[in-house]
Amino acid sequence: MSTVPSLTRATLAKDLRLEWRSKDAINSMLFFSLLVVVIFSFSFDPTAEESRRIAGGLVWVAFLFAAVVALNQTWAREMRNQVLDAYRVSPAPPNALFLAKVIGNFIFVTVLQALMTPLFIVFYNLRALGPAYQLPIVAALGTWALVVNGTFFAAMSLRTRSREIMLPLLLFPISIPALLAMVEATGAILTGEFSAKFWIVLLAAYDLVFTIASLFLFGFVLQAE
Amino acid sequence: MPPASDPPVSPAVIVTGLVKQFGRFAALRSVSAEFAPGRLYAILGDNGAGKTTLLRALAGLTPPTRGTISMLGTSDLRSVCGQLGYMAHPSLLYDEMSGMENLGYFARLYDVSNKDQRCADVIRAVKLDPSLARPVGQYSQGMRQRMSLARALLNDPKILLLDEPFSNVDLRSAREMVSLLTGLRDTGKTIFVVTHQASLLEGAADEFVWMDAGQIVSRTPDLAARLETL
Repeated sequence: MSTVPSLTRATLAKDLRLEWRSKDAINSMLFFSLLVVVIFSFSFDPTAEESRRIAGGLVWVAFLFAAVVALNQTWAREMRNQVLDAYRVSPAPPNALFLAKVIGNFIFVTVLQALMTPLFIVFYNLRALGPAYQLPIVAALGTWALVVNGTFFAAMSLRTRSREIMLPLLLFPISIPALLAMVEATGAILTGEFSAKFWIVLLAAYDLVFTIASLFLFGFVLQAE
Repeated sequence: MPPASDPPVSPAVIVTGLVKQFGRFAALRSVSAEFAPGRLYAILGDNGAGKTTLLRALAGLTPPTRGTISMLGTSDLRSVCGQLGYMAHPSLLYDEMSGMENLGYFARLYDVSNKDQRCADVIRAVKLDPSLARPVGQYSQGMRQRMSLARALLNDPKILLLDEPFSNVDLRSAREMVSLLTGLRDTGKTIFVVTHQASLLEGAADEFVWMDAGQIVSRTPDLAARLETL
């Protein structure tokens, strides 16, 4: 009997293969993030000190908007030829599909971050004055918060007429606590003025709660008409 | 002593008072029917008669507004979905992957043992080449239909639900598909075929089920009997 981990692996491998061949998500995310970095760097001319203060917000807003592009793509692929119905009629558990999509989106957004972070550093003259080792932790927890909710709400808005609009409408309000934690934690690490620990714990708790809730509810979303 | 008779065969599918409404529009209006196992049913009717909705309800994709469906002795369709094969009007295949890659993935969902061999077998059964590396998106419409049928056969289902399997398929290929379906029926599978090309199933289908305005209006063993009344 196939288990959730083995089906998650199979679905993830399939999604990575499809993305490798089409490059739909990664190309649009990269293009969008690049635009944000370049346009913002021309719009403002901050000092290094100011950059450290605003970079947290700037970086995460850019990644949030870019992630929305990937999140829409991930389910649009399942709607072409109605392939999602093939999953729905199979005995495979819904959670395996959800986890594979979340992990896939996490990988896409992480690749984007790895490519874009050097550009942010160069364009905004960034240097961490606080504990820099906490930055990857914030990045991982923050990205997970975005993709777990994003994947869930993208699935929910799948059958709505204007899903590109519906996803941000559903996702952004519920992501505010996570976004606040990401921005504050990143700002704290970059400026070194205060500890980021509270925000990191908040982010971890947010991830835990929303991952469990999404896993619990995804079956209903998948089987809904 | 009375002559020994065959034990009564319990129906493979029982539909009772099935109603499906989309807003104020009733796609199915109190459909009740029993379908015996090991038979090939052709479901016919005009566009909007409710054929596809009935098939989707049987597949568990469209929850009924009212009424019940019992399949293979249970009304918990989720528990028998592994014994169901479903082919829809769209291909239900990923355009960017080859036929073998597609079927390999779906074989994992159904926990098919010896999956490479099984995938190659069902692809050959629909007269396609398993070694074809081209992505499905580059197939002709007819090839895509046949690959879609191969996907539905992958888990060796007891019940096959096929929506327009012959559309955009050339006549020779369609006849080959019918021959494959009758062969499957003879092995005990229950097959439902929604089609507008009823003549293809003449002599092959055990029963023609006619639908109109969300209801089953007639069930005839041969096509001509019903056509004469129209």
